[in-house]
Amino acid sequence: MSAPGEFAVVLRGVGKRFDDWVFRSVDLVLPAKRTSAIVGESGCGKTTLLQLINAVLRPDEGSVEVLGASAPDTGLEAFRRRIGYAVQGAGLFPHLTLVENVSLLARLERWDDDDIHARVGELFDLVGLTGDLDNRYPHELSGGQQHRAGLCRAMMLKPDMLLLDEPFSAIDPITRVDIYGEFETLQGHERVTTVLVTHDIREARRLADYLVVMGGGGVVQAGGVDEVVSSPANDEVRRLLESGA
Amino acid sequence: MSLRRALARTIVVAASCVVAAEEPIVVASKNFTEAYILGEAVAQLLESEGFEVDRKIGLGGTKICYDALVEGDVDVYVEYTGTIAEAIKDIDGEPTREKLAAALAPDGVEMLDDFGFNNTYALAVPRQVAEERGLGKISDLVDHPDLRMAVSHEFLERPDGWPGLQRLYGIQEIPDGIEHALAYEALADGSIDLTDAYSTDGELKRYELTVLADDRGFFPAYMAVPLVRADLDPRARAVLRRVAGTLNDAEMSDLNAAAVFGGRSTELIAASYLVDKGLLATNAGADVVLPQDNLVARLTKNTGRHLFLVAAAVIPATLVAVGLALAIFKLPWFARGAVYVAGLMQTIPSIALLALLIPLVGIGWLPAVIALFLYALLPILRNAVTALTSIEPTLRRVAVAMGLKPAEELRHVFVPLAMPSIVAGVRTATVICIGTATLAAFIGAGGLGDPIVKGLALNDTRLILEGAVPAALLAVLTELVFEQVERWLVPGHLRSSNPAGAAT
Repeated sequence: MSAPGEFAVVLRGVGKRFDDWVFRSVDLVLPAKRTSAIVGESGCGKTTLLQLINAVLRPDEGSVEVLGASAPDTGLEAFRRRIGYAVQGAGLFPHLTLVENVSLLARLERWDDDDIHARVGELFDLVGLTGDLDNRYPHELSGGQQHRAGLCRAMMLKPDMLLLDEPFSAIDPITRVDIYGEFETLQGHERVTTVLVTHDIREARRLADYLVVMGGGGVVQAGGVDEVVSSPANDEVRRLLESGA
Repeated sequence: MSLRRALARTIVVAASCVVAAEEPIVVASKNFTEAYILGEAVAQLLESEGFEVDRKIGLGGTKICYDALVEGDVDVYVEYTGTIAEAIKDIDGEPTREKLAAALAPDGVEMLDDFGFNNTYALAVPRQVAEERGLGKISDLVDHPDLRMAVSHEFLERPDGWPGLQRLYGIQEIPDGIEHALAYEALADGSIDLTDAYSTDGELKRYELTVLADDRGFFPAYMAVPLVRADLDPRARAVLRRVAGTLNDAEMSDLNAAAVFGGRSTELIAASYLVDKGLLATNAGADVVLPQDNLVARLTKNTGRHLFLVAAAVIPATLVAVGLALAIFKLPWFARGAVYVAGLMQTIPSIALLALLIPLVGIGWLPAVIALFLYALLPILRNAVTALTSIEPTLRRVAVAMGLKPAEELRHVFVPLAMPSIVAGVRTATVICIGTATLAAFIGAGGLGDPIVKGLALNDTRLILEGAVPAALLAVLTELVFEQVERWLVPGHLRSSNPAGAAT
């Protein structure tokens, strides 16, 4: 195993159950400063895995280390603020304007107005949120604009890690390709560890460096994208890869 | 002074931050025409001697008035000897002054000399019915079981009312209950044939009613007497002794008729009685100030008091209900119980709730505000809970995942999202309270119910409207005010008035 600093997430023998076990004995490391995609059939525990990382859920067995430590018992909010979060459908708060949505955490962290303004401007430029949109409410924005805003909100505090829970799946294909481009720009600019949950293998191959295939109550295969593509561990992985060919 | 009275006083003082140098004398009265006149006369008489008077005219029925007197919420009101003997105390045999005084003494209540007239119960039928049926005395009723009878609720219950009468005369039928002031109208339009009356009622002559003779001597004498607290200022007591023997049956009947049919206010009638009988202060130079019939001043006072009652109930109810709703939202196990209890409160009839509160907190604005508070709770609570629990799960998930602290979640996400429903709930609660607060007059809380209750007692439509119209206007005004409040608190697309506004 490599030096600790290279891994942003380390799972050792992790299991989680609600009524039945979602998965058990998962050993997994995700590289720092890279984008890891978690793919698999729906119901295989992708989102559960994500929620174990930001400690919305706690493991029923095994241990989860994030950014070099276990999640704290107190001050979870501060821990989570180091981890940006974006979700399918953007999840913007309908009573807040675009800028209020994106800057909410920064205002709660008592940033200077100037710093907030600068950071919002920088993010909006990167993702192409241009025009007179600042004071619009979410329902006055297009789906693509809402998703860009969701990404900006997740990035606002310059987090150490970004968790993306199928953030692009509700957007039309053309807009989606645009947002991929903007996401890559963002990544090129800030280089933040990203965990992307998606059911779309093409999206995973386009955006990720590292691929985690889940299924059958655990992790089927994990490795660099090229490595997984060139030597799939089994037929299940092969079928999944072919579905996006 | 009982503990709860002390508590109530403390709250009053704390709320108003005003401490009177000398406590005013609280003059109450029961809620029918004669009681209004005599209560007002007592109040004016005391005022003419320089006493400060707090009026609770038309406070309620026997139980409410007497209990208030015993509790010390009231210092004086006019009661009837027969009522004391039969309804308040259970006195065997002839109720002599000595027996009555002895029965009242343990309660700290003293009975002064009577006004001079006897307002006994009577059964009245329209003259035409009496002639057709040959009715002249109460024992004739046994042969006419088909008469449509309706008597006041109090008469129906008290031992010196229908139950005793029924036993002595052997009457089988049980009459319906009816509000006394409405009974004469019902007799006049022929919807009932018989009701209980008071022998000094002004209506007897006016509606051409025949009083059935009490041929077996059932009804005791009902001499009107001021009841005072034993600790009342002796000087005030000396002043009140002046009313003794000043009115006979016919004179009282005329005063009542003047109120019901003469269109004169009970205040003016009381004043003219005091002047005619030379009861007002005799010291030279003391001007007799007749009470002004000032509609605007009365409206302002009643409306102000009404708004106070509603605000004092709705504002705390809003805070408590929203707090409860958030607790329910955060602690789901708490939910069922809280909504259930609030719903239970809503099902208690307002008058019953008010009556239940009297033994706990006495009379006046405090029980009224507590009752209104309990009524306001449910609409706000239900709206807030519904709104909070219907917040999109995605938004709740985002709020947790992005690292909002519980208080920040509430302040920046959940409360603003629930705000349209909370405002709507407060609006509903306020309108409900404006309506229900009119009933508060029954327990001496004042407000726009005062003229309504009094108008009902005096059969005075103008007075009823004087309370009902402003109350209706207040309700309309409330709607307008809350539209502004919503405009101020809720972004346009989320307002309840905008059906398109939902989470996108």
